[in-house]
Amino acid sequence: MQTLYFILPELFLSITIMSLLLLGVFIKKSFKLISLLTNLSLIFAIALTLNQPNEIIKIFNDSYIIDPLSIFMKVLTMLFCFFVLFSSKDYIKSNNIDKIEYPIIILASTLGMILMISSYDLIIFYLGLELQSLCLYILASFKRNDERSTEAGLKYFVLSALSSGLLLYGCSLVYGFTGSTNFEIISTNLNESNTGAVFGIVFIIVGLAFKVSAVPFHMWTPDVYEGSPTSVTSFFALVPKIAAISVFIRFMYVPFLNMFSQWQTIIVFLSIASMILGAVAAIGQTNIKRLMAYSSIGHMGYALAGLATGTNLGIQSTIIYLTIYLVMNLGAFGCIFMMKRENIYYENINDLSGLSKNHPMMALSFLIILFSLAGIPPLAGFFAKFYVFVSVVEAKMYFLAVIGLVTTVISAFYYLRIIKIIYFDKPKKPFETNYDLGLKISLIMSSILILIYFIYPSILIDTISSILIY
Amino acid sequence: MNFPILSSIIFIPLIGALFILVIKGEKKIVVKNSQYVAIFSSLANFFLSIFLWYSFDATTSEFQFVEEKNWIKGFVNFKLGIDGISMLFILLTTFIIPVCIFSGINSIKFKTKEFFIAILVIETLMLGVFCSLDLVVFYLFFEGGLIPMFLIIGIWGGPNRVYSAFKFFLFTLLGSVFMLIAIISIYWITGTTDVIKLLDLRIPQEFQYILWLAFFSSFAVKLPMWPFHTWLPDAHVEAPTAGSVILAAILLKMAGYGFMRFSLGLFPIASDYFTPLVFILSVIAIIYTSLVALMQDDMKKLIAYSSVAHMGFVTIGIFSLTKQGLEGSIIQMISHGLISAALFLCVGVVYDRFHSRMISSYSGLVNIMPKYAFVFMIFTLAALGLPGTSGFIGEFLILVGVFKINIFVAVMSSLGVILAAAYMLWLYKRVVFGKTSNSEVKEMTDLNKTELYIFSSLIFLIIFFGIYPEPLFNTIDSSVNNLINNYQVDLNFHLDQINN
Repeated sequence: MQTLYFILPELFLSITIMSLLLLGVFIKKSFKLISLLTNLSLIFAIALTLNQPNEIIKIFNDSYIIDPLSIFMKVLTMLFCFFVLFSSKDYIKSNNIDKIEYPIIILASTLGMILMISSYDLIIFYLGLELQSLCLYILASFKRNDERSTEAGLKYFVLSALSSGLLLYGCSLVYGFTGSTNFEIISTNLNESNTGAVFGIVFIIVGLAFKVSAVPFHMWTPDVYEGSPTSVTSFFALVPKIAAISVFIRFMYVPFLNMFSQWQTIIVFLSIASMILGAVAAIGQTNIKRLMAYSSIGHMGYALAGLATGTNLGIQSTIIYLTIYLVMNLGAFGCIFMMKRENIYYENINDLSGLSKNHPMMALSFLIILFSLAGIPPLAGFFAKFYVFVSVVEAKMYFLAVIGLVTTVISAFYYLRIIKIIYFDKPKKPFETNYDLGLKISLIMSSILILIYFIYPSILIDTISSILIY
Repeated sequence: MNFPILSSIIFIPLIGALFILVIKGEKKIVVKNSQYVAIFSSLANFFLSIFLWYSFDATTSEFQFVEEKNWIKGFVNFKLGIDGISMLFILLTTFIIPVCIFSGINSIKFKTKEFFIAILVIETLMLGVFCSLDLVVFYLFFEGGLIPMFLIIGIWGGPNRVYSAFKFFLFTLLGSVFMLIAIISIYWITGTTDVIKLLDLRIPQEFQYILWLAFFSSFAVKLPMWPFHTWLPDAHVEAPTAGSVILAAILLKMAGYGFMRFSLGLFPIASDYFTPLVFILSVIAIIYTSLVALMQDDMKKLIAYSSVAHMGFVTIGIFSLTKQGLEGSIIQMISHGLISAALFLCVGVVYDRFHSRMISSYSGLVNIMPKYAFVFMIFTLAALGLPGTSGFIGEFLILVGVFKINIFVAVMSSLGVILAAAYMLWLYKRVVFGKTSNSEVKEMTDLNKTELYIFSSLIFLIIFFGIYPEPLFNTIDSSVNNLINNYQVDLNFHLDQINN
C-alpha cells in the first residue's frame, strides 16, 4: 500500500479518465461539463504531483521512479496540457469537434506521457509511449469529416507505428545483450564492446528522435501539424515534446551512461540536421501551422544540442530551452487561434497582413513572441539559446555552436517575414475580437513572461539546477 | 553614491515608453499626450545626464557610479559603470533622442504613439550599451537595438523599406552572433565576463586572434567598415528622418566604442597584429566611399556614404593607438554624431515639404528658404572639417596621431578630407544655388520655429566644441591615458612571453 501512495497522481488521473468516460456516455451534450472537469482534474493532479517527496524513490521492483526531474517534467506536462485545453475552447466549439472524447483522450495521452517520464524500466516506458501515441493518432484525425485531418491521422499512425516498431526492436536488442529491462542493470551491463547493445541504442534513439521530430525523422511533422485541427496541433507542438525530451535525458543519464561516445555522435548529427532544416525549409512556407512545424523542428535541434554535450550543464540548458520553448509556442498558437473571421479560422500567413492596425495589442504580443522565437535579446528566447551555447562551448563543440548561430540568423528571416506582414503590409479585414477568457489569459501570460524574463533569469536556472541531482 | 543614477538614466525612457503604451482615448488626444510623455521623459533624461556629467570625476580613470546586481546566478552580474569615454557617448545619446522626437512630431503622420515608444526603447538600449560593464549585458543591449530599429525602418520608412529593414537586421545579426560565441568562450577561458576583471586579467595570446576577429565581425558590420557597409546606404535612404539620425548619430558609434573598450582593452596583442588590416580597410573606406559619395544623386545616400568615410577616420584613429589618435576618434565620433544628425535633419526638412530626396529636384533654395540655406551651409562646412567647427578637431587630431605611426596611411586619409570638401560643397551648390526650375519647389516654406530651435542648438554645440573643446578633452583625458598605458603594459607582457 505504501507504494501506491507514490503513484497517487497517476491513479487519480486513470480513475478520472474512466469516470469521465462514464459520465460523458450517460449525460447527453456534456462536453462543457467534461472539459471543465478535465481542467479541474489536471489542476488537482498537478497539486498531487507537487506534493510528492523531493527525493529519489524507486517502486515496483525499481521499475518506476519518482525524483525531482520527473516531478518537474510531469508538472510541466500537465500544466501545458491544461493551457492548451484552456486556450483552444473556442476553436473546438466552432469546428464541431466538441465531442466528449476530446478532453478525455487528451487526458489519457497525458497519462501515457507521465508514465513515460517516470519509467525506469523498458517495459513501463514502452507502455507509456504506446498509450500516448495511440491517443495522438486519434487526436490527429479527430475532425473526421475533414480530408486533411484524416490524412494527417493516417500518416502519423503509419509512420509512428514504424518508429514504435524500431524502438521496440531496439529495446529487445538491449534486453538481449544486457539481460535486463531495468535501467540500472542495463547501465551496469553495458560497455563499449557490446556491439549488439549499440545497435539497440541506435534503434531506441531513432524512435525517440521520431517523437521529438528531429531530422531525418521529421517527415510527418509538417503534414500532421497542417492537417490536424489547430487545437490538436498546439497540443502536438507542446506536450509530447516534454515527455520525449525527458525520456531522452533519462536514457542518456541512466541506462546508456557508459556509452556516451557512441550516442553523442548521433545526437550531434540529429541536432545539426534539425537546426539546418528547421531554418531553411521554413522560409518558403505560407501556411502558418506548417511554418510552426518547421520552427519546432529547428527548436528541437537547439534543445538536442544541449543534450549532445552530455554534461550536467548541457542537460540543464536543454530543460531551460524546453521550458522557454513551451511558453513561446503557447503564445504563438494563441495568436493562431485568434485568426478568425465569421467562424472561419485562417491559416495563411498573408491573412495576418496589417494586423497591427486592426489589433494593436495582439500584434504587439505576436511581435514579442516572434522576436523571442528568433532569439533576439532581451527576450526569453535569447536566454534559452544563450544557455545552450554556453554549455556547447564549454564542451568545446565549437562547430555545433557556429552552426547553431548561423541557423539562428537564417531562421530570423522567416520570423521577420511574419513581422513584416503584420507591421509593414496593408491591413485586411479585421479578425473577430470576441476571444474567450482562456485564450486571452494564455496569450497575455506568455508574452509578458517572455518580455520580463530578463529581469530575473536566475529563477528558472535555480529550479532546474535543483532538480538535477545525479 | 547610493542612488542608482545609471539605472535611472537607462530605464527612465523605458518607463516613459510604458506610459505611452497604456495611453488610451481619442486619437488626437492620444497623439498629443504621447508627445508630451516622450518629450518629458527624454528631456528629463538629458538633464539627468548633464547632472551625471557634473558629478563625474574626470581626474580618475576608474569606472564610476558602479552598480552591481545579481542577475544570472553565479554566472553573470548585471554590472553598470562609466568612465570618461562612455560619459560623452551617454551625453550624445541623451541629446540626440529629444532632437529625434521633435523631428518626429513634425514628420510622422501615422502610428505616432508607436513611433515614440520605439524611439524611447531604442534610447534605453543604447544607453545600456554605453553603461554596461559586463560582456553579456553589453551584448543584450547591443543586439536588442535591432528590434526597434527594424520596426522604425520598416513601418515609417520609404517605398523600398522592407528590403532595407531586412538587410539591416540580417547583416548586423550575422555579424553579432560571432561575438556571442566569443563572449561565451571568454567566459570559459577566464571564468568571468566582468569587463573590469577582464581588463586586469590577460587572455592567453593564442586565443586572442580568433576572439578579436569574432568581435571585429560584429563591430565592422555595425560601424560599418568597407566592405561590410552595403546595408548602411539602404537603411539610411529608406529610414524616416528620425531613424536616420539615430542610426548615424548613435548606432554607428556603438561599434567605435566597442573597438575602444573591448578590442583594444581585451586583446592587445591581436589588436597590434591586425592593425594593418584595419588601416587598409579604413583607407579604402575613406577613398572609395568618398568617390562613391561624389556620384550619388540621392542626398541621403550621399550623406550615408560620407558617414562610412568619416567612420574610416575613426578606426584609423583608434588603431593608431596614440593619445592624439584616440582622443581625436572620440571627438570625431561625437562631432560626427552631431553633424550627420544635422545633415539628415536638413534633408528631412526639404523631404517633408517636397517628398523627394533627389538632388536634381532642388535648386536655388537660397532664394526660397534663406534661413535653411544658411543653416545647411554651416553643417556642410562642419562636415568637411572647416576649422572652427568640431569636425576639424577630430580629423586633425586623428591625422596627427596616425602621422606618427604610418605616414602613408596619414597621407592617403588626408586625401579623404579633400574629397569630403568636394562632395559636400558640390551637394550644397546643386541644392542651394542655381535657378529654381520647378514651380512647386518655389512654394516651399522656410524653417518653422521647432526646426529653428533644433538647428540652432546643434549649431551652437558644433561651433562651441569647435572653438572650445576643452570640456570634452577634460572628460576623456585620464580614461584615454589609462587605456593606452594598459594596452602598452599588456602588449609588452605578451611580447616578452613570445620572445621567451
